[in-house]
Amino acid sequence: MHIDPLESKWIQTALGICGLFVGLILIDAFFHNIHTPSNVETIDSASLHLSEEFAEDNLGVHRDENGNIIVRMVAGRYSFFPKEISVPAETKLTFRWVSIDVLHGVHIPMTNMSTMVVPGFVAELETTFPKPGDYPVLCNEYCGLGHDHMWSKINVVERDQWHATQQPSSGAIDNE
Amino acid sequence: MNNVIERKLALSHMSVAFTAFILACFLGEYQVFERSGLIESLGSPTVYFASVSTHGVLMAYVLTTFFIMGFGYYTAATSLETPVWKPELAWTGFGLSLFGVLLAALPLLSGKASVLYTFYPPVQAHHFFYLGATLLIVGSWVWCAIMVVMFYQWKKANPEQPVPLAMFATTANALLWLWTSAGVALEAVFLLIPWSLGWTDTVDPGLARTLFAWTLHPIVYFWLIPAYTAYYVFVPKQAGSYLFSDEVARAAIIVLVVFSLPIGFHHLYMDPEQAKGWKILHGIGTFIVTLPTFVTGFTVIASLEIAGRLRGGKGMFGWIGSLPWNNTMVLAVILSLLMLIFGGFGGIVNASYAMNAMVHNTAWVPGHFHLIFAGTSVIMYFAIAYYLWPILSKKPLFSNNLALLQLWTWFIGMTILTTPWHVLGLLGQPRRISSVVYNNLLTLSWKPYELAMIAGGLIMLSSACLFVYLLYKTQFAKSEETYAAEVEYAEPLHAVKSLPEYLNDFKLWNKVIAIYMAVSFGIPILQFFFLDTFDSSAWSY
Ligand SMILES: [Cu+2]
Repeated sequence: MHIDPLESKWIQTALGICGLFVGLILIDAFFHNIHTPSNVETIDSASLHLSEEFAEDNLGVHRDENGNIIVRMVAGRYSFFPKEISVPAETKLTFRWVSIDVLHGVHIPMTNMSTMVVPGFVAELETTFPKPGDYPVLCNEYCGLGHDHMWSKINVVERDQWHATQQPSSGAIDNE
Repeated sequence: MNNVIERKLALSHMSVAFTAFILACFLGEYQVFERSGLIESLGSPTVYFASVSTHGVLMAYVLTTFFIMGFGYYTAATSLETPVWKPELAWTGFGLSLFGVLLAALPLLSGKASVLYTFYPPVQAHHFFYLGATLLIVGSWVWCAIMVVMFYQWKKANPEQPVPLAMFATTANALLWLWTSAGVALEAVFLLIPWSLGWTDTVDPGLARTLFAWTLHPIVYFWLIPAYTAYYVFVPKQAGSYLFSDEVARAAIIVLVVFSLPIGFHHLYMDPEQAKGWKILHGIGTFIVTLPTFVTGFTVIASLEIAGRLRGGKGMFGWIGSLPWNNTMVLAVILSLLMLIFGGFGGIVNASYAMNAMVHNTAWVPGHFHLIFAGTSVIMYFAIAYYLWPILSKKPLFSNNLALLQLWTWFIGMTILTTPWHVLGLLGQPRRISSVVYNNLLTLSWKPYELAMIAGGLIMLSSACLFVYLLYKTQFAKSEETYAAEVEYAEPLHAVKSLPEYLNDFKLWNKVIAIYMAVSFGIPILQFFFLDTFDSSAWSY
C-alpha cells in the first residue's frame, strides 16, 4: 500500500484540526457545563392543563424556593403562552417548554435560547440574556399552515429594575 | 462495448432525475418570491408549504435516487466490463420507484401532504405520501442488491484483484444507502403507514424523530458519493493527469461510510427526547466524518496540480491557470470544491454541539445545505451528465461553451443565493416560514437579503433551464454524426498491484457499522419502550 509522505502529513493535520474542535467542545461541555437541551423528561401533552406544573396559573416567570428563576411556557398552534413575559438581564433563567399539540421549535434571535418543543416531552434549558431590550420569540419549526403567525414577545429588563417592578405585584410569584 | 441495455437504463433513470430537478427549480424560485413578500398576491401559506414539501421531495429523494441508480448501473457495467446483472430486475426497481413517486405526487400536488420532506409527525399527511415514499426506497433497494451482487461476482471471477475504484465507490454507496434508509423505512412501515391508514390512533413523535435522524445525516453522503466518485475517477483523466492515490481514495470512502452512519443525532441537538451523552458521542463522530472530505480535497487538488504541471504550469500557483478550464468536468470540480469549502465551514458550525443553538432551524441551515447539496453535489451531477449524455445517446454534446456558461451561472447564482441566507440565519430568521409577519424592528433588517435571494434564485433557475435545454438538444439532435467515445477512468499515479482485503471488500466494515450503530442508536431507540412515553394523536396542517 502506497501513501505519499505529503499526504500522510496532510492526514495528520486534518486529524489535528478535528481533535482541536472536539477538544474545545468537550472542554465547554465538561468544564463550563455548556450543553444542549437534553433532560429526557416525559409529559402527557393531551392533559397539560390538568398537570400541576403547566396549569394555567403556573405559567410564566416564577421564582422557586432557592431563588432560581423558572420560566414555564406552553407552545400550541399558533402561539406561545403566556403571550408576553418580562425577565431580568444578566440572570440565570431556566426555561421549561411543553407543546399541547404538534412539534414546535422556539428561538429568541441573537440569543442561544433555542429548543425544539416535542409533544410528550419537557424541553428544559438554561440561559442568560446579557442585554436588556424587547426580543421576539419565534416558532422555527413548521407546525401547520398558521406557523408564520406563531410568535410572541419577551421583555428583558435591567436586573435591578426587574426586581423593583416584579416585587410589588409578586402575587403570582410562588414562594411556597 | 455496445451495452445497449445499460445505456437505456442510465438514460431512463437520469431523465426522471432531471425532470424532477427542473420542476423543483421552478418551485424554489417561487418560494424566494413568496418569502420576500414582493408580490402580495403570491402570499399563500397553503401553496407555499405544498411547494416546499414538493421541492424537497423532488430534489432530495427523486433527483438523487434516480440519478444515483442510473449512474451506478452504467459505472458498474463499464468499470467491471460486464453487463448489468438481471436487467429485468433493474427495470422492476425503476418501475417501483417511479410508481412510488407518482403515488406520492398525488397528495403532494393537491396539498394533502404539506408535511415537508422530513414528515414531522404528529402532523399527518395522506397515506399515499408515506406509501409512495416507501416504494421509492424499496425500488432503490433493488439497485443496491444488483450493485452488491455485481461486486461479489466480479471479485469471485477475479480473485486477489483490486476492484476498480469506480465500482468500489458505487458499491460503498449502495451499502451505505441500505444502512441509511433502514431508519426511515422503519419509521414509515411501523409508525407512519399504519397510523395514516387509521390502523393505529397515535404516534410517538420522539421515536419517529429518532428514526428519521438515523437516515437524515448519512443520506447526505449517499448524495455526495457520486460527486466524490467523479472527483476520483473522471476528473484526473479529464484534466489530463493521474489520480494521486487510489488506496487513500478507498480509505476515504470507507471512513465516509463507516462514520457517516452513527452520527444522526447532530440533527437532534435541540431536541428534548435524547440525552446529552448521546448527543456528544454523535457530535464527536460528526467531526471525524470531516476527515474523508479533507483527504478527498487533498487528493483531488494534488491530481489537478499534476495536470497543471504536465500542461506546463510553473510556480506555486501557476499550475492553476494552465488547467483545462474549458473542460466541463474540470471546471465543475473547481467550482464544486469552492462551494464545499464554504458549505463545510457552515457545517462545522452546525455540528458544534452547543454553538448550534444560535443557528438551529434558522435560515443559516438551508443556506448551508444548499451549498453542499445544490452546490457541491449537483454541480458534479451536471458535469457527469455532460460527460455521459453524449456517450449514452451516441450524439455529441450540443454546445460545450453553453455548458461552461451553465456551470458558471449555477456557481454565481448559488453564491448570490446562499450568502444572504447565511446572514439571515445569523439575524435569527426561522427557516420554514412562508412570509414575515412578525411586528418587530429586527425583521426590517431582513428585507434587502430577501431581495438578493430572488436575484440569486433567478440566475440559478436560468442556469437549470439551460442545463435541461442542452441535454434535450443533445438527445434529439438530428445530426448524422455518431459520437463514439467511451467512458475513460483515471489511472492512479502508482498502479495498485495488490490490496489488503480491508481496502477491497466491505465484509469487515459492515460488522464495524453494525456494532457502532447498535452502540449509538441502540439505547436511544430502546428507551422509548422502557420510558413512560406519551403518544400523540394525528393533527392536520
Ligand atoms: Cu409553531
